[in-house]
Amino acid sequence: MCRLFSITSKEPLSPMVALEALDVMREGHDCSGVGIFLRDLSGPFEEMKDAPILSGIFSEKGLRRLDSFMMDIGFMTKYKITIKVPKQPPPGVPKRDIYLIRAYEYPEEWDDLSQEALYDRLLEIRLQLRLMGEEKNDMIVFSFWPDVIMIKEIGDPMLVAEHLKLDRKELHARVIMAQGRQNTNYAITLYACHPFFIQGYSTMTNGENTAFIPIKAYLESRGFPGYMGYQSDSEVLTHILHYTIKKLGLGIEAYKHIITPLQDGALQEHPDAIFLKNLKQTCRQLIIDGPNCVIGCMPDHSVFMVQDRKKLRPGVVGGKPGIYAFASEICGLDAAIPNRDKNRDFQPMHLDTAIVGPERQEVKIWNQSDPLPLLH
Amino acid sequence: MDAPTSVYKAYYGIRQKTDPAYKCVGCAMCNMVCPNDAITPICGDEADKLRYHIDRGGQPRRRGGRRNVAGGILDRLKFIRISMLTDPALDAGRHEFELRTLLGRVLPPEENLKFLRTNGWIPPVREIYPLIIGSMSFGALSPTMWEGLQMGVAYLNEELGMPVRVCTGEGGCPPRLLRSRFLKYVILQIASGYFGWDEIIHAIPEMKEDPCAIEIKYGQGAKPGDGGLLMWYKVNQLIAAIRGVPTGINLPSPPTHQTQYSIEESVAKMIQSMYMAWGFRVPVYPKISGTSTALAVLNNLTRNPYAAGLAIDGEDGGTGAAYNVSMNHMGHPIATNIRDSYLNLVALGMQNQVPLFAGGGVGKTGNLAANAAALIMLGASGVQIGKYIMQAAAGCLGSESDRCNICNIGLCPKGITSQDPRLYRRLDVEDVAQRVVDVFLSFDTELKKIVAPLGRSTSLPIGMSDALGIDDYDAAQRLQIKYVV
Ligand code: SF4
Repeated sequence: MCRLFSITSKEPLSPMVALEALDVMREGHDCSGVGIFLRDLSGPFEEMKDAPILSGIFSEKGLRRLDSFMMDIGFMTKYKITIKVPKQPPPGVPKRDIYLIRAYEYPEEWDDLSQEALYDRLLEIRLQLRLMGEEKNDMIVFSFWPDVIMIKEIGDPMLVAEHLKLDRKELHARVIMAQGRQNTNYAITLYACHPFFIQGYSTMTNGENTAFIPIKAYLESRGFPGYMGYQSDSEVLTHILHYTIKKLGLGIEAYKHIITPLQDGALQEHPDAIFLKNLKQTCRQLIIDGPNCVIGCMPDHSVFMVQDRKKLRPGVVGGKPGIYAFASEICGLDAAIPNRDKNRDFQPMHLDTAIVGPERQEVKIWNQSDPLPLLH
Repeated sequence: MDAPTSVYKAYYGIRQKTDPAYKCVGCAMCNMVCPNDAITPICGDEADKLRYHIDRGGQPRRRGGRRNVAGGILDRLKFIRISMLTDPALDAGRHEFELRTLLGRVLPPEENLKFLRTNGWIPPVREIYPLIIGSMSFGALSPTMWEGLQMGVAYLNEELGMPVRVCTGEGGCPPRLLRSRFLKYVILQIASGYFGWDEIIHAIPEMKEDPCAIEIKYGQGAKPGDGGLLMWYKVNQLIAAIRGVPTGINLPSPPTHQTQYSIEESVAKMIQSMYMAWGFRVPVYPKISGTSTALAVLNNLTRNPYAAGLAIDGEDGGTGAAYNVSMNHMGHPIATNIRDSYLNLVALGMQNQVPLFAGGGVGKTGNLAANAAALIMLGASGVQIGKYIMQAAAGCLGSESDRCNICNIGLCPKGITSQDPRLYRRLDVEDVAQRVVDVFLSFDTELKKIVAPLGRSTSLPIGMSDALGIDDYDAAQRLQIKYVV
């Protein structure tokens, strides 16, 4: 099993807050890897919210190939964080040349592109880099998106953090998601490490998505280039979120209705029964059949947790206005926000989606049997 | 010379009848009437010689039953993906399950939601139980058997909340059933003889409920390329009345619908006309026999926005009457047909739009749930059974070693496929209904015992091929599943 932790705070925080919370929950994961997602960045990136940031791991050769590739398109480096690692990595952590976090200036020709077209191109470039890297085994790319940094590595999270010196000012962020295990259900590869990211949407998951293969086949056949390369059964959950919002034009409340719809009896009593019945049938191929607890982050910086129908995975949300955290276990929450009102902690159950909006003022609980706000 | 005082003659105590028409079919009725239980039919250990003589009058053998080949690949598929530690296994007995499937054309999500907003036409879709009683006509089956099936299905729906459906086969539907609320549990079949459709069309204005769906039969696994074959023995007054034909004549349906020459045009028209008959509220889908051309049919249906699914009946399908040669030698195995069709839909991104239904020898060796689950994981949305329910619910004696199999001549010793009241009274309607319910309940439990360890409970594992394995490398390659030894 893996452990998840996510925090959203008005004041920028060090990624170490999340990693320490993971460490407290270490009985529940095997410390085999770490994945971190940072958004709403502070420090140097505060000034360049629109600049796309490339996160990944490169060999020397890979970096040279990256540079010429980006230059050909017309991207100029605007800012970069250089992570210098000691020659000898700690035990269990592979030796790498470069951990890259680099913000770019858009090519001039892109100035007139619509937001949509721009975002499609960013995705296209990330996929191209991924394929190039897979071909020569010299680059791994996690994200290429404004105001987002992702870091993933195999090994004990605390050792990795020390090795990469993650406790640095440039990496402070207001939204942090972290996960403490390599994927064990399928092959060990960094592309299988949570959180996953696509066009501004990111999720990580606890538990195994048993319907992975049919869902993967379904997403791959949607004709959208980003729905590819599935190395983990959890990655489809990120893509379903993207599909729900970007392709179907629905809100976060519909996400749960797609991945884990109401059973027929409850559906019939729902005020939006007709809509939901249609949704359940037409999206039947996207039912996850968990057990899964999903934590995700939306482009508007809201963070959410959703449980599947089985509710066999732990998950809790708590905090106070200005700072809220989602964790697999209460001890993780205690470590990050000790002085909160614990009576207000909430453990989402089989019908719940818990959302903390970008204002970070409260936890909104949205119950699946509630009327949908999205039908306008 | 005087006449001899004594005459010696040989006297035959038993006048043996050696004409093939009198062969022992193994019905074991002799056993039931012998007071000493001293007699029983035993099949010789050598292949019978009858097979060389059973074409008297120049008529090739016709019979009921299935292909006379034991076993099949379905029994060899294993479910290899067991949840234990990476995710908790579910409790098949206590966890909640929703094992339903869809019958009907499902629109892609973008379109469906758009049509919902703009009041466009969304094709009717039925949520049904994934095990369907396939088409067996009133006529092929005796009235007691048919009634028993209908009663069982009604009970499953109304008392147990299991949306089980039964298909009529090509023989029409009794008028009272057409006008009852139970019609919603019935899939009406139309085939090339159009038997019974006069009655059905006339009943439409008086129907209280829409039927579940309309199945257009283009082919059948037991006799590919051949139409239905109700032989004269069974065409009594009742059957003749429901079918709208004279009594006592053979009723061979043509191998193809006489009005149809191209799938693009006429099949589409036929599907559309059936939709029209019920105001576009009832799904209409074709059924074909397993064939190497199944993909061509399927591809065409994907382009026909009305096609509500495709049922494929594999070579092991049973029948009430067919030529022996068609049954034994014609047809296509269901496993590859379903798998290829599903993968074809995946390639088109339409795997949720055109549901596939598999039939033909499902549960042939008694492993109903395992066979059904395997077909579902290969890509079927549901499975159809016929012969199995005759065996399980009414004690049909037929077997793949050619026991009995005389369903075609109306002498069914169990009264399942006879129209002679002296025979069909042997079958108790209530008993059949009870057994139908038993079969579905136990199937349901077994299906849960299969899907629960796979971690599935809220949706049917359609196309979950990662759970399947087989100990035959070539078969594994062909089906794109795991090779395990
Ligand atoms: S028992 Fe009846 S239904 Fe079964 S094979 Fe014999 S004749 Fe056919």
